[in-house]
Amino acid sequence: MGESFIAFIEAWSPLDLVLIAQNFDRFLWGALVTLQLTALSLVVGGLMSIPLAIIRAGNNPFLNAPVWAFTYLFRGTPLLVQTYLIYYGLGQFEWIRQTVLWDPILSQAWWCALIAFSLNTAAYTTELLRGSIETTNKGEVEAAKACGLGKWMRLRRIVLPSAFRRALPAYSNEVIFMLHGSVVASTITIQDLLGVGRWLNGRYYLAYEGFITAAVLYFIIVLLVSRGFRLWEKHWLKHLYPLEVVEEKPKKGAASFRI
Amino acid sequence: MDLIIEYQAQLLSGTWVTIRLALISLAIAVMFGLLGAWAKLSKNFVAQKTAAAYTTIVRGVPDLVLILLVFYGGQQLVNSFGAITGLWGYVEISQFAAGAGTIGIVFGGYMTETFRGAILAIPRGQIEAGIACGMNRFTIFRRVIGPQMVRYALPGFSNNWLVQIKSTALVSVIGLQDVVYNGFVAGRSTRQLFTFMFAVLMIYLELTAISDVGLRWLDRKYSKGIVRTDHG
Repeated sequence: MGESFIAFIEAWSPLDLVLIAQNFDRFLWGALVTLQLTALSLVVGGLMSIPLAIIRAGNNPFLNAPVWAFTYLFRGTPLLVQTYLIYYGLGQFEWIRQTVLWDPILSQAWWCALIAFSLNTAAYTTELLRGSIETTNKGEVEAAKACGLGKWMRLRRIVLPSAFRRALPAYSNEVIFMLHGSVVASTITIQDLLGVGRWLNGRYYLAYEGFITAAVLYFIIVLLVSRGFRLWEKHWLKHLYPLEVVEEKPKKGAASFRI
Repeated sequence: MDLIIEYQAQLLSGTWVTIRLALISLAIAVMFGLLGAWAKLSKNFVAQKTAAAYTTIVRGVPDLVLILLVFYGGQQLVNSFGAITGLWGYVEISQFAAGAGTIGIVFGGYMTETFRGAILAIPRGQIEAGIACGMNRFTIFRRVIGPQMVRYALPGFSNNWLVQIKSTALVSVIGLQDVVYNGFVAGRSTRQLFTFMFAVLMIYLELTAISDVGLRWLDRKYSKGIVRTDHG
């Protein structure tokens, strides 16, 4: 049955499914690279964004201005150009080529993509967190002060935990955007999910197969990630949802005069 | 700096391509957004499901993947269809058309959600009042829904536009000579890629800054006579 089934598909499918199946392990590796780059840059960018957001929400003009400039630059320009600037641009300077960092890191496409993505998501996350730090309930901060908590303790125990929760829905969008943005890696020679699709199409001179497989896999990843976030939100933002009212059904036989 | 002045003609023509691409794709996005919002709010089951599938797919797949698919795959599809039916001969989809069309359709998905929310934000009573005054559906849209929808949709619209203008950079990957492509070529031939990429970055910053001013003006214009609550 097996062989005739494959022959049937080869004859009738508009896409070369057999070729896709043969190269499917490459696509999975590509998906792994995409997930790895996205996850690592989210971790690095997320860790960077916490102190930056605290600075942005505070009122020290000397610290605030450079952080503002950083977020403005990275939020106002395309990720593609930022990545090009780091991967192709840094080599222009002789002194950067001389440093210890050049050989293992700055000349490698993977590291450059990670640096560009991390800075990009750090900029977006900083502004997002700043917004939710600034909307902290005044009463909560006053109560903390009344309890004698110092500035850092207030931040750690009161402000940040509730700010993180409030930022969660917007942050899930940022994660999806980063996942979408990671396709830029394929333009600087990295074999991520789209990179594999482009390789397949180039190698076998095809128009659909590689891109469609990549598109389907991206779609599945995005779907899973947004489902995951929805569950996470349900857990962490439970106190913000309206209570579920369980309506009691009137018992049979009991006279009901409710209008 | 001298080099940038030497290559300013290329950079300017690239910027012009980027601006045209962004504006045309915006027009397509608004069209698809209105159509999508109408379909999502209609009572027609097929229209609802089609719009839902459209927004889910378009928001689930990265734009560059769709641009590549449309540019390489779309051309082959159009030509095979023409060859089978004999309706047309060899057709070539230009980079500009593929880019503007795809970005427009992708952001139409985001606009759909924005417009749908804006229409839902209009108090139902006003639409009923319009019906009571004997307005037909088109007049209600033009006089009641339209003007208020703009105001409710503006924050989301601004956000989408700022993301969209940056997405146009991706079209350089399929070889459209926009500002990124031209800057890259100039930088490679002079071996000054950092200088040129930085110039491109500044051009994009300029474009976002200008749109920010424009959007703020629109916001003031459409919220005339609205008293805003001060959440101090």
